[in-house]
Amino acid sequence: MQFIEHSREYLPILMQGAWLTIQVTLGSLLLSTALGLVWAVMRVSGIPFLANLSAIVINLLRGIPIIVLLFFLYFVMPDVGIAMTALQAGILGLGIAYSAYQSENFRAGIEAVDHGQVEAARAMGMGWWMTMRRVVLPQAVKIVLPPYGNIMIMMLKDSSQASTITVAELALQGKLIATSTFQNATVFTLVALMYLVMCVPLILFVRHLEKRGAR
Amino acid sequence: MIEIRGLQKFFGSNQVLKGIDASVTKGEVVCIIGPSGSGKSTILRCINGLESYSGGSIEIHGQRVDNKLPSIKAIRTEVAMVFQRFNLFPHRTVLENVIEGPVYVKGEARASAIARGKELLASVGLADKESAHPAQLSGGQQQRVAIARALAMQPEAILFDEPTSALDPELVGDVLGAMRKLAEAGMTMVVVTHEMQFAREVADRVLFIDGGVIVEQGPSADVLNRPQNPRTQDFLRRVLHPL
Repeated sequence: MQFIEHSREYLPILMQGAWLTIQVTLGSLLLSTALGLVWAVMRVSGIPFLANLSAIVINLLRGIPIIVLLFFLYFVMPDVGIAMTALQAGILGLGIAYSAYQSENFRAGIEAVDHGQVEAARAMGMGWWMTMRRVVLPQAVKIVLPPYGNIMIMMLKDSSQASTITVAELALQGKLIATSTFQNATVFTLVALMYLVMCVPLILFVRHLEKRGAR
Repeated sequence: MIEIRGLQKFFGSNQVLKGIDASVTKGEVVCIIGPSGSGKSTILRCINGLESYSGGSIEIHGQRVDNKLPSIKAIRTEVAMVFQRFNLFPHRTVLENVIEGPVYVKGEARASAIARGKELLASVGLADKESAHPAQLSGGQQQRVAIARALAMQPEAILFDEPTSALDPELVGDVLGAMRKLAEAGMTMVVVTHEMQFAREVADRVLFIDGGVIVEQGPSADVLNRPQNPRTQDFLRRVLHPL
């Protein structure tokens, strides 16, 4: 019974945290998707300079922990005159970090499209970009979507790393309540449940995509 | 309309075409035959720039084929290609496949492209399949859609790269029938094929290629019925009487 009473007390604050979690997740999802698509298209462009640049960026991003990237954006960038709010830095950091994984997923999807498709498009006079847009990318999307759903779930959970640069999202709000009330069990059970609740729609979405893909 | 002079092609250090000279005039049907690995398909793929070539020249209406020049796009709209494995776009319906080139490459109005696309599908016997997806069709039907897709570009010539080699034997006839109709309508065609009967009955000329050179060429009846070169004789004997 105490759990319910405490929950009633903490939930409004935790909901504020959840709202920030959603903002961080959605923001970095959009950013990482857009950036990842850019890296992937550069990688398959067939232009050595762009392909190499993309490979370097991806490996650089993969080699830096997300936390370090966040620290860099939030604590180091102001030294060179680029200051941003914790939320902005969180979205930017997670978005950039995840763009590497998005990109590898997109590239795998693009390369999985049968080369005969590219030849058919070329043979009817399509240029490189039209071939991508009309023929390759629509087919790559189907291949890419199930893993994309998994990345979404990982991003939702990794958004908690933004707490390290003071973004008061769900995990940080939980920790703050727990330190001030000592109700560790109640608070972190609630926090875990709330992450789960946010994950469920994503999990269902992934399952739906996988079923559709298997057809 | 197609002039090939001294065509050479290397894959790495391996020379697959060792100086091919050939020409195709308007309305002509030319079959290219020969053992696998002889370079037949490579010639076809060079003609519309899917492969670059290492030496010699290819001209279409006097315009040089070079897939590094922007002019290649215009050339490809004039010379369509039908592939061994059909290469229809699986995410689009049959009719969408057929109008894709006219609408998105040539900028034709959608309505007129659709009207012509339907006529073309009817002409290859697939009027009732326009809203099906390629995966729902048999190989023979897919290849006929591919022929309709090539025709939709209103090309001056069509290149066929072993169009029946990926088909079950009982489906070959439908595709060859559609190609024969095209030939009779005066379409310029270059066909890489193992269908000797088609070559004999439909082709005006036959080129026999082996080891990257044209070993023998001439009117189809001459090459196929009275081959002069021992390599041609040997190849035909093995194709026509495999047992």
